[in-house]
Amino acid sequence: MLGFVIQRFLQAVVVMAAMSVIVFVGVYAIGNPVDIVIPPDATQDIREDAIRRLGLDRPLWEQYWIFATNALQGDFGRSFVYNIPVLELIGSRLPATLELVLISVVSATVLGVTLGIYAGYRPDSRISKTIMALSVLGFSVPSFWVGLILILTFAVSLGWLPAGGRGETVELLGIRWSFLTLDGLAHIALPAVNLALFKLAMMIRLARAGTREIMLTDTIKFARAAGLSEATILRRHLLKMISIPIVTVFGLELGSTLAFAVVTETIFSWPGVGKLIIDSISVLDRPVMVAYLILTAALFVTINFTVDLVFALIDPRIRARRTA
Amino acid sequence: MTEVLRVEGLKTHFHTRAGVVKAVDGVSFSLEEGEILGLVGESGSGKTVTGFSLLGLVDPPGRIVEGSIRLKGQELVGADDRTLRARRGRDISMIFQDPIATLNPMLTIGQQMRLVQEAHGRITHRAADARSAELLSRVGISSSSARLRAYPHEFSGGMRQRVAIAIALLHSPAVIVADEPTTALDVSIQAQILAEMKTLVAETGTAMIWISHDLAVVSSLASRLLVMYAGRVVERGPTAAVLRQPKHPYTEGLIASLPSSASPGAPLRQIPGTTPSLLALPPGCPFAPRCARADAACAIRPDLSEIGTQTVACHHPGPSHTRVPA
Ligand SMILES: Nc1ncnc2c1ncn2[C@@H]1O[C@H](COP(=O)(O)OP(=O)(O)O)[C@@H](O)[C@H]1O
Ligand SMILES: [Mg+2]
Repeated sequence: MLGFVIQRFLQAVVVMAAMSVIVFVGVYAIGNPVDIVIPPDATQDIREDAIRRLGLDRPLWEQYWIFATNALQGDFGRSFVYNIPVLELIGSRLPATLELVLISVVSATVLGVTLGIYAGYRPDSRISKTIMALSVLGFSVPSFWVGLILILTFAVSLGWLPAGGRGETVELLGIRWSFLTLDGLAHIALPAVNLALFKLAMMIRLARAGTREIMLTDTIKFARAAGLSEATILRRHLLKMISIPIVTVFGLELGSTLAFAVVTETIFSWPGVGKLIIDSISVLDRPVMVAYLILTAALFVTINFTVDLVFALIDPRIRARRTA
Repeated sequence: MTEVLRVEGLKTHFHTRAGVVKAVDGVSFSLEEGEILGLVGESGSGKTVTGFSLLGLVDPPGRIVEGSIRLKGQELVGADDRTLRARRGRDISMIFQDPIATLNPMLTIGQQMRLVQEAHGRITHRAADARSAELLSRVGISSSSARLRAYPHEFSGGMRQRVAIAIALLHSPAVIVADEPTTALDVSIQAQILAEMKTLVAETGTAMIWISHDLAVVSSLASRLLVMYAGRVVERGPTAAVLRQPKHPYTEGLIASLPSSASPGAPLRQIPGTTPSLLALPPGCPFAPRCARADAACAIRPDLSEIGTQTVACHHPGPSHTRVPA
């Protein structure tokens, strides 16, 4: 197992190095931030001074070298726009995204797996058919449209829930969170539902497919022949046997939603990192873009690694293969 | 000897879109305490469905449509799910052909054996594990308390089947249905397990229905044989009598096709034709199209009748008129 961890760590280092080059060169190619950061009526002197100060006059490889050595020490530079350290900027936005994404992905998984198991266990019941119809809807309706409908219905027409913002926050461990206040929860509700619908649909399908397959196996027949109750069979046998694909998709969804909750955050004016990255792209705030993309890559690498570890934790066969 | 199981006129049908599949169509037999009954027939003859019917585990669209199953005097046909579940594992249990597929790969052997014991009442982990270890050593798995922490993939196929047998024995049921439990195993391991099962049954007083398509395996084990063809019992009787003097031409065919009946080098004899589709059975004797003795009388379905110690469903019971002297 230790060998596996070391091997994966080395892989991660290579992936991160490659990603940093690709991101840096890619962002460099998008356009010149000077045109946006400095007013067009500024004098040539001011322009040149700014270019020198930002280090944009040096060759690309040198810019990358400076960036890479600083980044290794945890310094991703300062935002051109806000003039504060990039990490601090992203860090101030991260909790908002984190709580929104965790709430929606976790509740989509818990609810989706429950409904999916039911639908797979009783595939012919009317409730199961309703569940599956809902999951088709969750798959096919575009997220921004659902977001707008949610606002129109619950915020505008019914006036039950706020349409945007984080609402009241409380400080815990030095970070401000919305989910700890009633008002904050009311603000999270709509964007969380918006984010969760697609994942809910996916989890339902995944759990249903797994359940249908596993329930026909001899493992379940044998458990029944030994007199186990259906509840025990579902909880102790089935849940474990369908967990591998669910953990995989959970990890992937967590990563991609953390990185790209952009649409929902924009619709609900949720002040998270998604909104930050969209804003920085429109003003070509290079340090923010580069840091964000590299951190996202790091996030994916970490999540994939965690998922692999969880696999080994729940499936003894995988554990055995890795120790071998 | 006391009778633990009596099955009468059991009919299990599958109502499919293509029509009604009469997988089990009028099966009767009884089982004494500690007895091994061999259930033989070609694949598709309804052996597995008979086994599942006994446990009330027939999958839809299948259903027991008629008949009676009395287990230790209690009627199981028509009993509710709760009653059936309470009997399963405790009074009757079942093991399957493929030991790789029956155990849950993600739980330890000990966890799986615990679940089975907890299914029928509260028991401490300690007591459950002690009982599990005891049964594992009974089926020949030594140092068994350490083996409780092992996962199925750490065992060979034969060992896994032993574990499955141990699980089936946990509650000392009156009856175990063993559905081709050695078919997927090596011949040498098969022989070992057969020998062990024989002792085990004798020791515990558990009666067993040993299902196999292989007459050779069954006859080394069972004291009585039940031969099935197309969902029906065609012959029933003490193993020795049936082997020596088969009354039904199908049984005769099965015996003739055994490797041990052939002279060395000669090709094995086979029963001509194939198993009929259960969807479109002829109205008379289902074996008639493959039978050398068939005549006009066979257009009517033969009833079971007793000849000595044997019972046979045939209008022209053996010894065969067409048998060529060796
Ligand atoms: N779920 C099912 N749906 C329809 N037919 C079935 C089903 N299960 C079994 N059968 C039919 O029942 C018959 C007997 O099957 P089975 O008991 O498995 O045979 P055996 O165990 O003797 O090989 C077969 O012809 C099979 O087609
Ligand atoms: Mg079978």
